[in-house]
Amino acid sequence: MKHKRNFSIIAHIDHGKSTLADRLIQGGGLVDERKFQNQMLDTMDIERERGITIKSNTVTLPYTAADGVTYELNLIDTPGHVDFSYEVSRALASCEGVLLLVDAAQGVEAQTLANLYLAMEHELEIVPVVNKIDLMAADVDGCKLQIDTELGLDGDEAVCCSAKTGQGVPEILEAIVTRIPPPSGDVSERLKALIFDAHYDAYRGVIIAVRVFDGGLQKGDEIRFMQGGFVHKVEEVGRFLPLRTACERLEAGDVGYVISGIKTVSEVRVGDTITHENWQAAEAVPGFVDALPVVFSSVYPVSNDEFEDLVYALEKYKLNDAALVYEKDSSVALGLGFRCGFLGLLHLEIFQERLEREFDQSLVMTAPSVRYIIAMSNGKELHLDNPHYFPDPSTIDHVLEPFIKASIMFPERYMGSVTKLCMDRRGENTRYTYPVPGRIEFKVELPLAEVIYDFYDRLKTVTQGYGSFDYEFMEHRKADVVKVDILVNAEKVDALSLIVHRDRARQRAVNICERLKEELPRQQFKVAIQGAIGGKIIARTTIGALGKDVTAKCYGGDISRKRKLLEKQAKGKKRMKMVGNVEIPQRAFVAVLKTSDD
Amino acid sequence: MLTQDLERPKTPPGLYIHVPFCVSRCSYCAFSSSTRLDLRDLWLEGMAREVELRARTWDGFDTVYLGGGTPSILGVERLVRLVRGLEPLGIVPGASWTLEVNPDDCSRELLWGARVLGFDRVSIGGQSLDDRALRFMGRRHDASAVEQALHRAREAGFEDISLDLIYALPGQSPGHWRRQIEAALRLGPTHLSCYELTVEPGTPLATAVDQGRVVLPDDDQRRDLFLVGAEQLEAAGWDHYEVSSFARTAALRARHNMKYWAHVPYLGLGPAAHSFDGFFRWWNDGSIRQWADRLARDEAPIEVEETLDAEALRLERLTLGFRQVGGVPVADLRGPPVHLRAALDDGLLVRRGERVFPTRLGFLVADGLALRFA
Repeated sequence: MKHKRNFSIIAHIDHGKSTLADRLIQGGGLVDERKFQNQMLDTMDIERERGITIKSNTVTLPYTAADGVTYELNLIDTPGHVDFSYEVSRALASCEGVLLLVDAAQGVEAQTLANLYLAMEHELEIVPVVNKIDLMAADVDGCKLQIDTELGLDGDEAVCCSAKTGQGVPEILEAIVTRIPPPSGDVSERLKALIFDAHYDAYRGVIIAVRVFDGGLQKGDEIRFMQGGFVHKVEEVGRFLPLRTACERLEAGDVGYVISGIKTVSEVRVGDTITHENWQAAEAVPGFVDALPVVFSSVYPVSNDEFEDLVYALEKYKLNDAALVYEKDSSVALGLGFRCGFLGLLHLEIFQERLEREFDQSLVMTAPSVRYIIAMSNGKELHLDNPHYFPDPSTIDHVLEPFIKASIMFPERYMGSVTKLCMDRRGENTRYTYPVPGRIEFKVELPLAEVIYDFYDRLKTVTQGYGSFDYEFMEHRKADVVKVDILVNAEKVDALSLIVHRDRARQRAVNICERLKEELPRQQFKVAIQGAIGGKIIARTTIGALGKDVTAKCYGGDISRKRKLLEKQAKGKKRMKMVGNVEIPQRAFVAVLKTSDD
Repeated sequence: MLTQDLERPKTPPGLYIHVPFCVSRCSYCAFSSSTRLDLRDLWLEGMAREVELRARTWDGFDTVYLGGGTPSILGVERLVRLVRGLEPLGIVPGASWTLEVNPDDCSRELLWGARVLGFDRVSIGGQSLDDRALRFMGRRHDASAVEQALHRAREAGFEDISLDLIYALPGQSPGHWRRQIEAALRLGPTHLSCYELTVEPGTPLATAVDQGRVVLPDDDQRRDLFLVGAEQLEAAGWDHYEVSSFARTAALRARHNMKYWAHVPYLGLGPAAHSFDGFFRWWNDGSIRQWADRLARDEAPIEVEETLDAEALRLERLTLGFRQVGGVPVADLRGPPVHLRAALDDGLLVRRGERVFPTRLGFLVADGLALRFA
């Protein structure tokens, strides 16, 4: 056990986490240089494109240190977004130490600090690493000073490197061995293994990534999932090298995978503890939370005849995304679809992108909503996340909406703008502290409905990227909410209805009308766009009729060009939805979904 | 394919001859044309070969159209050689023969010659009767040359004279366009083609627009200009039978162009010329040399050939039908019934029996209508 090291890399976005992970893998000699695909750990296209990690990946690196001993280094990659902070906490719970990455040119940033706190909460050894020292703009000394003064760590102990050129990577590997403690745990104890990730493999079923704390497990063992409450037989255990490689046994201190004939990821919950069925651990690894969906949106195929394809795609997608929940839904404007629940807005966006790219689906998604509790006058209670089912206001006694406790960290110069943002979003009971000089931490209670509505983007904007944001659920509180409908030429576009706080109804309705006006192609007739609460119009705008669209000449007999243009446009029209006699393109729905609130 | 589909439509085909030469290129033009006038004889040799090639399968043409480029650039002597060479194609007696001419090179001699050869219609590329507008478009003639061309054509015995005009010029007001039409009517043409100035990619005009040096009228302004022109001509009793085409009487419509829009077969000869035989469309190599070389090897000088299936033909009927008085069979319309109802209610279409016909407002949005019912 003393020759094992379990660690993560934590960093601000763009500070070079994935690149460093790649270098460490190469440094360990695990992957052939020639076959090396940059950013090994970010395997999904979307991850590579956006430069963020969505699904964490893990890799075991054999490394022969200066003392001549070969160590087993387990790098546990973590997702990089607040939607997945629970996954991050489970990954960190599986480590003894972290590399805290700081960009030599940009210095310490808000997220660096937030990550540091997270690591400290798990009592991890922290090794500061100054990256990108090859940059012209690198200020290594300034960076070390910041690590001293702002993070309260020893700046002189920071390892300097360039993940891009590979400079300093051997020193990092040495530091992992010498500074991060080996795991503790008892091999002879009852089995206790923490699930920190799971993904689906078409041939093997669910691959569960675990960190073993006590005991050991091997093929043939009967294992119990302590939270899930079900029992399975182990088919295979192994390590990520980085490809799955079976091994005899996983023991206390090890990081690896378990395959046990489970067919869907949704059965396996991150944070659950595995133990032996006939020799059970007394208690599970603490910190398990059932990931609950908090943001809801309906998804429809752009073309109604693609519904069957969507059903198939969702089933496939679900195999690899345990957090997604969905059920059938339907809309007058959009036909048959599904109501889906997500962990947050990013989760929703990733879902949309993956379905479109990997499964080739053209989707329309409705405005995201939270789940309200509606107390009816007749004493019944209704849990509702779909505006479509919002009851007649006269039958409602009161409505409760979910509140979160947000923790926002930012440099003090943004105090004014962050305060304003929180007030605008109906923040309550704001408290603030100075965890380190020059930086403020806000604790504020916010309605979740205001947060899912581009709060994170706005925070990034008003703090010029320096603000970080994390949250946890509190409770449901009374809220004065109404249902706003959007009408196009007097026809209700049910897919655009939303539940919103009364004070903000007009503004939201105006925004949606304006955005629709921008996105709707001019039609051959006038189109009126209205926002309404019940029968009362609260917003209104009009799109003038199309001027002249017949331009291409049709002389000299070149008809082919015109026909091909029409064929192409007709194909694009499949992405339009009819409401009354108005064609609404998919991008209009998407744009309304993303409307910002300036 | 069903045998009935294989029968050629009975209407006689049209013959188009592309004369791909110009003295200089106009700033807006993207038509296939060369300023290499030395290739004219090579082109004539090629034409003789292509006539011979096509005469094996085509005959009975009742319209002939010499377009370009600038057909008048050929001069009388080459024109005689060309027309004599068309004999194997079996052009029927009484066919309509149109010659496109440019105001700057339609000499008395050429017009008289054309008349003698059997041409009964000239189409004059006047484009404008405003010298400033002509300069902007890169035309080599002035307004008085346009007047003179009409005068000479009439002198030479042409009774059917068409004049091209271009509108939607930068800053053009409805009043200016109205005065242009008035001036044109005073010259006594029997047919007017009023083309909106369109930006074709790769032209000097496109570059100027991209760089912001030229600002063209917007959507609403173009709509106004179109309506001003159409209303004025209809008020004068003219027949607005296609988006851009007006005839003094319905009998004076351009018979050849109508074939393109009504799915009647036509044969195009010359570089880049397009042909349609009812089931296939093809177009010739655009390079004069390659076109001539391939013909010299007794090879069809086709660049691309397309087979049209029923669906392609339907889309074409939509594309073509909403831009002219011929209209579209109701059976060709797709999409929810509310589309048709709305188009009728909005006055874009009128329905007579199992066909719908575009109104003047319908012409304006012909492309949108085609898409709506695709």
